Amino acid sequence: MSSKNDSEVPGKPNRGVSRRGFIRRAGIGGSVLGAGLLDKKALAAPAAGGKFVGPGAVPITLKINAKAQTLNLEPRVTLLDALRNDLELTGAKRVCDRATCGACTVILNGKSVYSCTVLAIDAQGKDIVTIEGISSGKPHPVSKAFVNCDGQQCGYCTPGFVMAAKAFLDRNPDPTYEEVKEGLCGNLCRCGTYVGVRQAVLEAAKEMKGGNHA
Amino acid sequence: MPDYSWPPMDQRRVIGKPTKRRDGLEKSTGRAKYSSDEKPPGMLFGALLTSPYAHARITSIDTTDAEHMPGVTAVHVMTAAGKEVQWEGAEIATVAAVGEEQANDALRKIKVQYEVLPHLVREEDLAKAGNRAKPAGEQVTGDPDKAFQEADAMIEATYGIPVITHCCLEPHGNIVQFSGDHINLWPSTQNVSGIGGDLGKSLEVPAANIHVQMQYIGGGFGSKFAADSWGVEAGLLSKASGGKPVKMYLDRATELKIAGNRPSAFANIKVAAKKDGTITAWQSTSWATGGMGGGGMPPLPYVFRNIPNVRLNHTAVAVNAGGARAWRAPNHPQASFLTCSALEDLAAKLRLDPLELFTKNLGYTEREATYKPQLQKAAEIMEWQKRWHPRGEGHGPVKQGLGLAINTWGGGGHASQCRTTINPDGSVVLEIGTQDLGTGTRTAITMVAAETLGLPLGAITLRIGDSDYPPDGASGGSTTIGGVSPSTLKSTTNALRKLFAAVAPSLSATPDQLAAVDGRIQVKDDPAKSLPWQDACRKLGTTKISEMGENNPRQPGGLMSQGVGGVQMADVSVDTETGIVKMNKFVAVQDCGLIINPKLAESQIHGAAIMGICGALFEERVMDGQTGKYLNADMEFYKLAGIADIGEIVVHLDITPENDKRGVIGLGEPCAIGVIAAIGNAVANAIGVRVSHVPLTADRVLAALEGRNA
Repeated sequence: MSSKNDSEVPGKPNRGVSRRGFIRRAGIGGSVLGAGLLDKKALAAPAAGGKFVGPGAVPITLKINAKAQTLNLEPRVTLLDALRNDLELTGAKRVCDRATCGACTVILNGKSVYSCTVLAIDAQGKDIVTIEGISSGKPHPVSKAFVNCDGQQCGYCTPGFVMAAKAFLDRNPDPTYEEVKEGLCGNLCRCGTYVGVRQAVLEAAKEMKGGNHA
Repeated sequence: MPDYSWPPMDQRRVIGKPTKRRDGLEKSTGRAKYSSDEKPPGMLFGALLTSPYAHARITSIDTTDAEHMPGVTAVHVMTAAGKEVQWEGAEIATVAAVGEEQANDALRKIKVQYEVLPHLVREEDLAKAGNRAKPAGEQVTGDPDKAFQEADAMIEATYGIPVITHCCLEPHGNIVQFSGDHINLWPSTQNVSGIGGDLGKSLEVPAANIHVQMQYIGGGFGSKFAADSWGVEAGLLSKASGGKPVKMYLDRATELKIAGNRPSAFANIKVAAKKDGTITAWQSTSWATGGMGGGGMPPLPYVFRNIPNVRLNHTAVAVNAGGARAWRAPNHPQASFLTCSALEDLAAKLRLDPLELFTKNLGYTEREATYKPQLQKAAEIMEWQKRWHPRGEGHGPVKQGLGLAINTWGGGGHASQCRTTINPDGSVVLEIGTQDLGTGTRTAITMVAAETLGLPLGAITLRIGDSDYPPDGASGGSTTIGGVSPSTLKSTTNALRKLFAAVAPSLSATPDQLAAVDGRIQVKDDPAKSLPWQDACRKLGTTKISEMGENNPRQPGGLMSQGVGGVQMADVSVDTETGIVKMNKFVAVQDCGLIINPKLAESQIHGAAIMGICGALFEERVMDGQTGKYLNADMEFYKLAGIADIGEIVVHLDITPENDKRGVIGLGEPCAIGVIAAIGNAVANAIGVRVSHVPLTADRVLAALEGRNA
């Protein structure tokens, strides 16, 4: 088991620092940060190419779990609501609905995001992976590790945690215990399963390194 | 009567073995369908309009525009003109529409005019409560005045623990289909068997016509027993929309405002003792709120119930805020915090180790024989003797400290019925109208059945979460595992006896000579004479076995019992420059009865400890006195602990043959009780002064260090 600290290695990819974790370390107010997080291009122009859409429903094509699906949605619909209400992909949960708790986590172009705070229309042209996408065949090692280490109770936060853990391990396949705590701090659990979650992420890392998962 | 008893500890194959959660993979792959994930055909979306004011009279309400919005199928006024609302978030009106966005758009078109009335939303200063304060009568035991006069030492201080909210991740809500005289209900509930009757009362539909289904629940913690006004509304909207199902879940802000909370508790406490630490008198003047209903007195002095001289006064304060609901060990965390904080302060005044003071006074408790070894065990795990130091000692800006607290709880087993079916093809089905809150109820039932029937876990099909199954009690008071385990044991034992009767002739034996072992039915004294399970079941011909088993809480029969004690210790570091408290280690030593599944029992205690860490360090409902609003009704500023905030947690369960004989007791609540007190005491030990009010936020810690306690 490696316990090296990679944080100072040049060129090491982003280690999955969450928004919550960033806020905590930055120690600045949410409102200030909120403006900074807005997509600058979105602020500069009302819509790509100057074309206005909405407020009525428009065709929106989403590539979800490698499959393109076209929906008729109002531009204000979030990716989370499109998944849950229109596609019946209900693994991602709506909990805080304000990018705090991570229960709605999906992977967008390889990065974990809070799908409650991404508009479906903005997710067009991106690779969206949901918990269903990594669970169609045999269970993903992260899902299995959550069972082995009992990193869940009521389970409502679990799919979000699993997706956050997968995205974290994809970027950092050999994390230390401390890095797991840092990397997963963008998700909240109310039942108090963090002891099992910490073990599960380390176990999954071992399992995935062993080449047992494609 | 068959012998309904747990197999001896050393002969158990399944019970008592650490076993993975049976529905774990369903949850961790996202396949588990919670009621809030369901989408029955034709489902409409409901939305709820709530009061923006803490106290107001509605002077007019006009829903005309809302009714004409696209996609709207029904609008219903809950609080008519002329009526008052008593808190922010109180229900005003509801809408059903074909889409969620349409329902919310329509809600914004409802025109409500309010006459704003005076409010009180903060209770921490009793002097400002005016006529909202309702004092109860004084209770006196012994002669407290004389005891205080004669005491060697005395402390007097004020402590406070705020209102906190359940913050279930799956918000409260239901999907309701009210069609003709039948209702289909998909709730998020701790009470699958009982919630239909509750909804039926309000909608005047017999419970017999209500079908309840719920496979998973995303947290309850005591707040999800009733159908609630929003369940009734979903029913009314459904009926008004031609019987289409209506989904109505609270948004996060409303969830935090009106879906339940834990009452606050504040107290001015005096405790007197002899030089050696023997407590001689207790006096407390406490107050609390749980909303407009006020708040009852926590059981003070906690655990040390037999202090000879006691004076108790309590005042309930009514505030304009959402009402309290049961919260994981109702009133106990508050009582534990108030009592254990005062006792630790007393120990500091006497320059005694609090471990010594607590131990010395155990004679005042009902469970001295339990607590004494527990205190020793917890101290051993925490290395208390080596690591404890008098208050405030230590070098540098980061101070380390240890604290302790004790708990007690009832538990037991609720009323439960189980049906076991053994089919002639060997398949086995169990049905119980219970719910799995994350406790591992499914796993426990399956383990008990597998133990009794001598089958692997995978051979048992378990069905729960449906009102068509035999009734099971609500999951409250740590009584679920204590309820379903005996009913499962009895039902499977009864079914097995029937099977033995059918098989006995083929094995040239009498039924009472048979046993079910490792997937075979065999003669006890001659295991060579046996039949594989499936061959044995074929002897049933075409008739399946269907047998009931019942747990009656009044006739425990040695299968379950009530009453536990526990000890908790915390190790913290406090940065005296920033005021930030960091958890290093938490130790829970818990009395228990028979443990069905130690793996999930341990998880439950981890969860209780972490919930307590949330309450000790982060959680607080913040009300604005000026506007009457709940300022942090979201999850950014209503703070819960994250994965990096909890430190190391060590659980020690008192699994012993002696405790095992008590049967199943239940563990959900006791370990959630003493956490806040233990952490508060550890912080006092670290920094040398008491932080009088929790949560132990940086500002409170710094204020205490500067002598400005709240």
